Amino acid sequence: MALHMPKSLKPDTPGATLRPRGRESFVAPIEAVRMDKTADATAESGSMPQRLAIDVRNVSLTFETADGKVDALSNVSLQVADGEFVSFIGPSGCGKTTMLRVIADLQQPTAGTLLVNGMSAEQARLARRYGYVFQAPALFPWRTIEKNLRLPLEVMGFSDSEQRRRAARYLALVNLTGFERKFPWQLSGGMQQRVSIARALSFDPALLLMDEPFGALDEIVRDHLNEQLLQLWDKTGKTVLFVTHSIPEAVFLSSKIVVMSPRPGRIIDIIDCDFPRDRTLEIRETPEFLKIAQRVRFGLRAGHSYDE
Amino acid sequence: MTSNAFVIPASAAGALRHHPLVVRYAPIVTIVLALIAIWYIAAVMMNLSLVRGGFEREETPYAVSELIAGTMSAERPLLPAPHQVIAAFVDSVFGYAPTAPRSLVYHSTVTLSATLLGFVLGALFGIGLALMIVHSRVLEKSLLPWIICSQMVPILALAPIFIVVLGAIGLQGLLPKSIISAYLCFFPITIGMVKGFTAPDPMQLDLMRTWSATPRQVLAKLRWPAAVPYLFASLKVAITISLIGAIVAELPTGAEAGIGARLLAGSYYGQTIQIWAALLASAILASGLIGLVDLTERGVARQMGIRP
Repeated sequence: MALHMPKSLKPDTPGATLRPRGRESFVAPIEAVRMDKTADATAESGSMPQRLAIDVRNVSLTFETADGKVDALSNVSLQVADGEFVSFIGPSGCGKTTMLRVIADLQQPTAGTLLVNGMSAEQARLARRYGYVFQAPALFPWRTIEKNLRLPLEVMGFSDSEQRRRAARYLALVNLTGFERKFPWQLSGGMQQRVSIARALSFDPALLLMDEPFGALDEIVRDHLNEQLLQLWDKTGKTVLFVTHSIPEAVFLSSKIVVMSPRPGRIIDIIDCDFPRDRTLEIRETPEFLKIAQRVRFGLRAGHSYDE
Repeated sequence: MTSNAFVIPASAAGALRHHPLVVRYAPIVTIVLALIAIWYIAAVMMNLSLVRGGFEREETPYAVSELIAGTMSAERPLLPAPHQVIAAFVDSVFGYAPTAPRSLVYHSTVTLSATLLGFVLGALFGIGLALMIVHSRVLEKSLLPWIICSQMVPILALAPIFIVVLGAIGLQGLLPKSIISAYLCFFPITIGMVKGFTAPDPMQLDLMRTWSATPRQVLAKLRWPAAVPYLFASLKVAITISLIGAIVAELPTGAEAGIGARLLAGSYYGQTIQIWAALLASAILASGLIGLVDLTERGVARQMGIRP
């Protein structure tokens, strides 16, 4: 009943022009759901009719190493609806990066099923359905910033004019217009990471996988990029999966927080985080924010004590 | 003013010491002068008994100064003095028409053409092998031992066999020499390029995979550019080796032209000065070739935006 109440949400998001035709349909209902606290329980239970961006069921991944088996992922299940911002948080070795890599078909699970946009992870990769942002910018040092941005477009066979158009648009999106002819080493770490985000967005995938993209950056730059990322998410309506070590970052960015624990890597808590999509850094001072952060911290600690 | 008169020369000497030309060339000039001095001393000592023997055979009385002068002007000294070598070099470079059989320019051109052809053949072969090794584990396992073995057999033993076999199938002149030169110089290129083609960061390779790039695209857009620094490092080694290969190929065949032929003739007739002049020519040739590769590398590096 309260599902479709827009509440304080703006009738149209400011960056709606950036959104490609035909994708809005998945975004709007999710926004309404996210805005409504009472609806969250139903959304979380997975009984909602909207399409799932990610559907992970009982996935396990075991590495064979010199000193025996390592359970990187143990019987993990997770559903993510289209347009959600999901953070994965947990100590090192809890499998959060592995989770992302499995979804990206960079690694194959040893058991379980996995659907990305309704297809297998490999199909989704071959159909170029996601953009991946790594811990480091991983720019190609011999290419200018513009050429770096155009690289995936070259690979995917976009026309030259379309490549140029998109490079300009996505550089503008991450506030780097004017740096087209610079080489990566001429940019700061934060700027390079912004280029890598623009590169992941350049072919307009519906899904964005981000593996600790801001881990190496200082607090101020990180805050700034977090805000930019939120705006971007709000503008484009993409589904974002975001790996982080930082509790405030996870709470600030996410619509859903997945707390993970190591040995074996597993999900120990999934927390909904229902701040408005156009949230600002100020919400970090609110009691609601601190309450969620506390729950995340509690979950992390529980995971640790299990281990010791 | 008068008190300053003493200061100015001192500061002028200081300025000279820090003059960029002095800073740049003083060390190398010092080394060259020291080497020449050592060379003169060695020439005197090595030729002493020869010259003394001459005097004693003729039973003419001699002074020490005459003896020393004699060591530096002998017609067939054990070790010719630097000025003798340079005089012979200048004479054989400028003293004859460039096509005359006594001209070092003529012989150098013959060797140079074999070197360049061998270098190109060796580079293509070396890069081709590296490509095969990088793309197939089976080929790596089966080819690499043979590649290493090929370099353990002394080329002086192989060269005559090559010439005879190739001569039997109708190949004569430039090509057999180039093939021997290529046989020697492909090795560092293969080793360097295997390293270069596997140089890309795992993250960059993963990125290409997330864009589902074809192996050909990965090669063209990632492995090749990443291998360029390795390519030039191995080309610099390879070009001097290919020069040595070309010279060695001229030795066992009784070639009529080329630096190798010049060395051989010199040793037949005890013309040590001629040998040294030919060695000087090959040294100049080698540094010229390395300089050329170096220049190309700098041009390419500038194009690729390598950090200065």
